[in-house]
Formats: sequence, C-alpha cells, structure tokens
Amino acid sequence: MKRAANFLLPFVGVVLALIVWAAASSLVPDLPSPLKTWDESKIYILKPLEKRGEMDQGIALLAYYSLMRVARGYLLGMAIAVPLGFMLGMSKTLTRTFDPIMQVLRPISPLAWLPLGLILFRKSEPAALFAIAVCSMWPTVINTMAGVRAIPQDYWNVAKVLRLSRITTFTKIVVPATLPYMFTGFRLSLGIAWLVIVASEMLTGTPGVGGFLWQEYNSLIYAHILLAILTIGVVGFVLDRLMGLLERRLALGHQAVG
Amino acid sequence: MAFVEIHGVCKSFGSGRDKRDVLSDATLSIERGEFVSIVGMMGCGKSTFLKIAGGLIAPDRGRVDIDGMQVRGVQPNAAIVFQNYSLLPWFSALENVRLAVGAAFPEWSRDRQREQASRHLEAVGLGKALSRRPSQLSGGMRQRVAIARAFATEPEILFLDEPFGALDALTRESLQQELARLSSAAERPVTTLMITNSVEEALLLSDRVVPMTRGAHPLGHPVRVDLRRPRTAAELMHDDHAAHVRAHVVASLTRDLKPTVKRQVA
Repeated sequence: MKRAANFLLPFVGVVLALIVWAAASSLVPDLPSPLKTWDESKIYILKPLEKRGEMDQGIALLAYYSLMRVARGYLLGMAIAVPLGFMLGMSKTLTRTFDPIMQVLRPISPLAWLPLGLILFRKSEPAALFAIAVCSMWPTVINTMAGVRAIPQDYWNVAKVLRLSRITTFTKIVVPATLPYMFTGFRLSLGIAWLVIVASEMLTGTPGVGGFLWQEYNSLIYAHILLAILTIGVVGFVLDRLMGLLERRLALGHQAVG
Repeated sequence: MAFVEIHGVCKSFGSGRDKRDVLSDATLSIERGEFVSIVGMMGCGKSTFLKIAGGLIAPDRGRVDIDGMQVRGVQPNAAIVFQNYSLLPWFSALENVRLAVGAAFPEWSRDRQREQASRHLEAVGLGKALSRRPSQLSGGMRQRVAIARAFATEPEILFLDEPFGALDALTRESLQQELARLSSAAERPVTTLMITNSVEEALLLSDRVVPMTRGAHPLGHPVRVDLRRPRTAAELMHDDHAAHVRAHVVASLTRDLKPTVKRQVA
C-alpha cells in the first residue's frame, strides 16, 4: 500500500501540473500547450545526440556541453573553496580579516560577475568558468568553516594527548570531522553552479541548454523555451540526487549551515 | 628527588570579578613506579591538577618536574586517559590504538604498529572487537579501548582522570580489576597518577592515597596502602589495615565539610 502511494502521489502531482499548464496556455496566446510543446520538441528528445547545427542539437548534447562547463567551473570553485574554508575555520584572525569582504561578495549575482569575467578574460568560456567558480564557492567555504569550528574539544584533546603532528592532526582528525559539513556545502554549491551556467550561456550565447533557450526565445519558438526549462530543472534535480547518493555512500550525516 | 615533583602549583580561571582560584599551592611527589590516587569531591580542582601534571595546561605559578626536567606540554613518555573515552568515531578500535602507537613509535613499520595495537586490545579483552567502530561498542568497551590505547604506547607515566566515572557500578568494578592487573603486569613499572571520587577505587588500585580538599594546600597528607598489588575488592573488605586507611582518608575529606544540621559527633 505504501509503495503504491509513493508512486501514485507524485504521479498525481505531475498530472495536476500539466493541467495547470494546459489551462494557462489556453489563456495566454503565446504560451504553447503541453501537446504543442511535445510536438515541436520531440525531435530534440527523441534524437538526443544528433547535431544539426551549432545551436540545433539533440537535448542530450546540449545538456552535455553545459555540464562540462559546470564541471570545470565547479571543480575550480571547490579547489579554492575547500582550502579557504579550512584556513578560515582554523584561524580566528583570518576570519576577522576577511569576513567583511566575504559578506559583501556573497550576495553578488552571477549576472553581475559575468561582465567582470569578460573584462578579465576577454573570451566567454573562461568568463563563464570564472563566474561559476566565484558564485558557487560560498556555500562550501561557509560550511567547511562551520565544520572545522564544530570539531569537539574532545578530538583536539586526542591530538594533544597523543602528540600528533600537525599534518596527522589535519588528515586524521580535522578532515574526517569536517567531511559531513563539506558535503553539505558541495551539494549547495553544485546547485548554484548549475544555475550560473544557464545564466552565463544565455548572456554569452554559447552552445548549451542556456544558449539554446535564449536563441529559441529570439527566434520566437516558444515551445523550445519550455523544453529548455524542463531540461534545466531535470538535470538540476538529477545532479542533486547524485550528490545525495554520494553523501549516503560515504555514510555522512546532514548538518547544514545556510 | 622523586620521579614526579609537582610543587606549589596555582591556577585561576577567569579574570576580574569572575576570577576563580581553582588551585592554590598544590604540592605532590610521586616515586618511580608508584600508583598514587587523589581522592576528592567535585570542584576541588582535581581535574585541573591532573591536566597541569600531564602537561595539558600550564600553571599560573609553580612547576611540574618529571625525571628532573620541567614539564612543558604533554611528555612523550606519558599517556592520559580521560573520563570520556575520546575515541575518534571514524576509526575502528584497532585504528584508534594504532594511531597512538604510530605517534609514539613513528619509526616502526605499519604492521608492527598494528600488531602492538591488537596485542594491547586483546589484553583488555577486546580481541574480537578490533574492527568495530566506537559507536558499535558499549561504554565499558570504549573505555577499555582508551586504556589499551594508553598502555600500547608503553608510557613511563600514566595519568587517569576519573577514568571510570561515566560507567555503571558493575562495569566500573570489572574495569578497576583490569587496570589493577595491567598496571602491575607491565614490564617496566608504570608511574601512575589517578584522580577519583571513590575511596574504594583508590584503595583497590594505589600505593598511596592523597585526599584533596578545596582551598590553599589542597593536597592532604598521603596515606600509604601497605598491601600487595593487584588486590581484589574481597581482600579489601576484610583487611584491618585497609579499613584504617579508609577511615583516615574519609576523615581528611569530611573535615572540609560543614554540617548543615548541628549534630553531636560520636
């Protein structure tokens, strides 16, 4: 009975959403109905790996381009965020020095970082990576920092009593203790990175899901906009789930900070 | 000069109006190989005293000398066991002990370190639980791991801070016997300083019992327990000398108490 409910209820939710969509499309002339959207989009979905033109590619290919860029920018962001998080967590002085700067940089939207990235790097690809890295790093920095601060005095005592070297203390105590917090940060950061890539592709017109969306808007093929939106949502959802799976595999709990 | 000389140690916490004088002129000597227990009530500063003796905190005044040298920081030949296990939850029992062995004997091979760790875990009866994580062990077992970890580093001095305080009475008794056995069986005599709030525990394990009270010169006159080690609780119950020591220690401790109801003392 419970199994059926687990499957049935989300299904009902999806059906209701489709009904709302169909109703909205009959009221708004420009908004395509679900049926029309499927009709005009099915070639992208049914032939996901076909390349017909720079912006006219199967949905899987478009998603792939976006994901590759996300991967690079995200890894770059994490490579900066993790050490930064550890340093800030272990040193009150550093935190006091850089906290005001961090608080100012945090709320800056990717759309604001992009022009700066273009000035710095001239080309749209590195500018996008820059924007992804700078925007997505904050949750990981903050959560890693919180993780280090949350290490119980008991564990620091172990390091003192066993006279562990600084490196051993770091690898055997600080890192394992901080890992659950780091992963919360990774998950949040990934969500932001995916958001940023779509925005930056839209602004720079590079091939990918975001680029496709903006192009189709300019070509007045609205059904494809909806296709792009759905794709963005589904991919974001899948990414989050995969990260959650990884977290569970490594048997880490959930301790979240903003 | 005794092996461990703690002289005139003073320690306060807080400042200004919140200043608390926890220790005021605490002095104690411990001979090599001796097992000394400090018995005192909560709040008399015994934990602080032990942490200073072990090198975890520095005293405001006074000094601690081990083997003629002043103590600064935790000594390489010392091991400390706390009331709350302090095991790393992401490592198995074996790995927790091996970590300590690795830090004490970095020149040994990994295999040798592991062998040392498993031998000591077997000695405390945990041979079948080597790969278990602390969350899979009972409180008593975790404390056994902590004790195995301490002995595995082959320390010359052992500091124990109410090691069995968090355990139930039965587990406590069994671990007391374990500790009594281990500390008399070690190849080299391990000089031990233990703090406890149980007079019985002190009588069971120590060569000398020192009562501790609040205020200046908190450590009272040590009483010698002239019984062969290791002892059993049964022996102590019927021994006259033990009864005498017990009475003396309790008297020294209760001298500090003010009766809330005025009664005639027999």
